[in-house]
Amino acid sequence: MSTTTFLDAKGLACPMPIVRAKKAMKDLQAGDILEIHTTDKGSVSDLTAWAASGNHEIKDQQQESDVFKFWIQKG
Amino acid sequence: MRTVQSSEVAKRVIAKESLFILDVRNEGAFEDWKIEGEQVRHLNVPYFDLLDGIEEIEDQLPKDEEILVVCAKEGSSIMVAEILEEAGFPVGYLSGGMKAWSEYLEPVKIADLKSGGELYQFVRLGKGCLSYMVMSGGEAAIIDATRMTDVYLDFAAQRGVKITNVLDTHLHADHISGGRQIAIATGATYWLPPKDAEEAVFEYAALEGDTFIQIGDTKIDIQALYSPGHTIGSTSFIVDDSYLMTGDILFIDSIGRPDLAGLAEDWVGDLRESLYSRYKKLSEDLIVLPAHFMIIDELNEDGSVAEKLSVLYEKNHGLNIQDEKEFRELVTDNLPPQPNAYQEIRQMNMGKIEPDEETQREMEIGPNRCAVR
Repeated sequence: MSTTTFLDAKGLACPMPIVRAKKAMKDLQAGDILEIHTTDKGSVSDLTAWAASGNHEIKDQQQESDVFKFWIQKG
Repeated sequence: MRTVQSSEVAKRVIAKESLFILDVRNEGAFEDWKIEGEQVRHLNVPYFDLLDGIEEIEDQLPKDEEILVVCAKEGSSIMVAEILEEAGFPVGYLSGGMKAWSEYLEPVKIADLKSGGELYQFVRLGKGCLSYMVMSGGEAAIIDATRMTDVYLDFAAQRGVKITNVLDTHLHADHISGGRQIAIATGATYWLPPKDAEEAVFEYAALEGDTFIQIGDTKIDIQALYSPGHTIGSTSFIVDDSYLMTGDILFIDSIGRPDLAGLAEDWVGDLRESLYSRYKKLSEDLIVLPAHFMIIDELNEDGSVAEKLSVLYEKNHGLNIQDEKEFRELVTDNLPPQPNAYQEIRQMNMGKIEPDEETQREMEIGPNRCAVR
């Protein structure tokens, strides 16, 4: 069973959302999901590029008002 | 670690000084748009690949030259610069990142005018936009202003001139015009070609062919010349009988693209007529001052972007295509991608939407892409 870990990165400016995401991802097992919420606009393209470079998979992506939500599966 | 301002980078690019840039944005952003210069070398490694250290790129970095770390806003570049500094590299970071670079305007003096007064060009290196200030007899006109309106207001204040007229050669699609805001702030008249501004929701003065605008009591004339093609309303100006402001119709090493405000097919004929007939009737000694440059090679030694009309008729490929069919293909086929958010930018320049400053910045991200070569 994969687990989902939640990371609140709202209000954080670049590079902190990615720094936190990377740290959180270290503790997860392959197949686990990291749910991350951000408000920094630049984090959208950066999380996408970071996930690709680390062979993680973005399972879902949503925007609710000013909050960007990502569900990233560890590769 | 040194904090490096965009003004310093601009001066080094213009002086063709050596500059090593470590760009830590992601690859897509870097490929789309970066700091360019004849002696600028780049290494692009996204910051998230450097969080665990820089060992993997160490041998690609110069040891005897300052490394300028650049990112989108500056946060990541400071972090990477700290890592580099700890490893013993001489390092600086670009204050405000590419956002600040995109907004920086370098004023370059073009000339003293015949009847007194001065002409300045504002070079927006990060985006390839050119705007102008004509000063004479205590008054000033601004042409094709960017949204960084404080730069012009401060410049005019320092020189003790009152801005009386603000003009746009056409409705811009690649950048947000500051023309209307400057006019509101100073009480100046804002001139726009009416054929471009049909949907504009604000008052403006109709700029049409053979309009003459006088700046100061020394009679510097700005003569409007209808020259459609990039847009249907595109209008050129002849300043002080010597300078031809071509807007986005004619550049130094390229010509305007006709597809940003409608159908390329419809306007290609207008573009050809403006370039091959209307401009041809003018004095070949006019100095062409465009609204853009596309590549850094178009800059002169002093950072200005200006060339004699006769030289352009000799060297600009877009002015030397005798076959009409070939010309049509050049400006309608294989066009570069359209500028970022160009439709929203047009809406904004007509006053139809008023996004906040942060959104305006996002809309202007990337190169201008108004030309075809």
